[in-house]
Amino acid sequence: MVRILVAKPGLDGHDRGAKYIARALKDAGYEVIYTGIRQTPESIVVTAIQEDVDFVGLSLLSGAHNELFPKVVELLREKDASDIIVFGGGVIPTEDIPFLKEKGIEAVFTQGTPIKEITDFIEKRLEK
Amino acid sequence: MDLVDKVQSGSIRGIARTISLIENNSPQKEDIIDELYPHTGNAMVWGITGPPGAGKSTLVDCLIKRERKQGRRVAVIAIDPSSPYSGGAILGDRTRMQKHSTDEGVYIRSMASRGHLGGVSVATGDAVKILDAAGYDTIIIETIGVGQTEVEIIELCDIVLLVLVPGMGDEIQAMKAGVMEVGDIFVINKKDRDGADRLKTEVEYVLGIKNALTGEEPNPVLLASSKLDEGIDELVEAIHDYLKKAQTTGRFEEKRRDRLEKEVYKIFSSKVHELLNIHLDIENNIGEWISSILNGETAPYKLINSKLNRFVKENRII
Ligand SMILES: Nc1nc2c(ncn2[C@@H]2O[C@H](COP(=O)(O)OP(=O)(O)OP(=O)(O)O)[C@@H](O)[C@H]2O)c(=O)[nH]1
Ligand SMILES: [Mg+2]
Repeated sequence: MVRILVAKPGLDGHDRGAKYIARALKDAGYEVIYTGIRQTPESIVVTAIQEDVDFVGLSLLSGAHNELFPKVVELLREKDASDIIVFGGGVIPTEDIPFLKEKGIEAVFTQGTPIKEITDFIEKRLEK
Repeated sequence: MDLVDKVQSGSIRGIARTISLIENNSPQKEDIIDELYPHTGNAMVWGITGPPGAGKSTLVDCLIKRERKQGRRVAVIAIDPSSPYSGGAILGDRTRMQKHSTDEGVYIRSMASRGHLGGVSVATGDAVKILDAAGYDTIIIETIGVGQTEVEIIELCDIVLLVLVPGMGDEIQAMKAGVMEVGDIFVINKKDRDGADRLKTEVEYVLGIKNALTGEEPNPVLLASSKLDEGIDELVEAIHDYLKKAQTTGRFEEKRRDRLEKEVYKIFSSKVHELLNIHLDIENNIGEWISSILNGETAPYKLINSKLNRFVKENRII
C-alpha cells in the first residue's frame, strides 16, 4: 500500500488546497496522512518517518517555498530517509521550479494542476 | 542490524518499517512477531473509543501530555476507515496531536482499517507488540467511531475508555445496543457544552442497572473537556487506579491470558482455514460444488461433510 504524507509547512492558515489534494489522493486509492496547518520542516520529517510514507507532498501558498521545501529534503537526508520522495504544490512561480528541482523536490505542481498529473507522477515514480 | 534488532533498539525507522511489513502481510511477518514476542508485556495498552467527532484524538493529545509529564514513553496507533470504493484513506487523527511530533518520547502511527470491521485494523494487535517490544511504556489505540459491532478493541487493551458527548441525540439508543459493554471508564467529553451533567446521570443510571446484574463495582464516569484540557488529571488518575487495582486483584493477568487465548485461537482458525483451502482447492472447485447443489445431486451440509470426511481419511487423521 502506498502511503503519502500531505503536509502544510509555513504560516498561512488556508488548507483548502491541501485538503483537496488529500481527498483526491484518497480517491485514487492511496493512504494519505494529513497533518494540518503550520508544520515545521522538522515535524514534517519526523512525521514522514514515523508514518513510513513513500511520498511527502508539501503544499504552500505563502511564498516561503524556496526555503521550506529544500529544508524538508535536507532533513530527510540527515535522518537517513532520502528514499522518501518529496513533491510540492501551491502558489509557486514557474521561475522557481528549476531551483526547487535542483534542491531535490522531484515534482512541482502549480495551482490548478489536474490530479491526474500528480497520480501519474506517483505511479511513474513507484515503477522506478 | 536486522529489523527485529532495530525495533528493540528503539529505532523509529525500524519500528515504522516493521509496522508496514505487518500491515502489508509480508512473508516475514510471523518470524518477526515470534521473535519480538518474548520482549512484550511491559507496556500498558489503553483503548480510546466512541462515536465520530466525540473528541477522541483531542483527548489522546491530552493523555500524551500527562504520560510524558510522568516520564513515560508513549506510542499512539490511530485508526481511520479505508474507503470501500478506492481502498484509499485520509488519516487525520494525528492532526490533533502534532505538537508532540518532535518529542522523541512519542511515536504516533496512523493506520487505515483496510476493510476490517471492528474499529481497528487486522494489523493493530501486532503493531502493539512491536511498540511494546520497542520499549514504549504506554500504548494508546484510538479506534474508528464506535458502532454496534466495534468491540474488538477490548481484545487488544488493558483498559478501554468510552468517550461520549452530550447532544448526540441517540445516546440512550447506543447504550441499549450494548456499546456500553465496551468501556472500563466512561468519559463524558465536551463538558463545556450543555447537557454533559444530564448525560453523566443517564450513563450512571444505565451502568447501575448493568452493575446490579453482574455484581461488579460501578465503572467510573468522568466529565472532561479535552479542548480546554479540563478534567484530564482526574481521568488519568482513574486510569492508573483502575490498572493498579486490576493488577492487585489478578484481574489484569486474567484478562491478558484471555486475550492471548483468543489470539491463539484466531491464528489457529485462520491457519486451518488456509490449509483446507489449499488441500480442497476451494477456489477451483467451488463452481462445481455449487452446480451439484443446484442440480439436486447433494445439499450444502452433506457436500461439505463428505469433502471433509474424505480429507480426514485420505490423510489418516483419524
Ligand atoms: N467544545 C468542545 N469541543 C471539543 C472538545 N474536545 C474536542 N472537541 C472538538 O470536537 C471536534 C472533533 O474532535 P476530534 O478529537 O477530532 O474527535 P474524534 O473523536 O477523534 O473524531 P474522529 O476521529 O473523526 O471520530 C474538534 O473540532 C475538536 O476541537 C471539548 O472538550 N469541547
Ligand atoms: Mg480522531
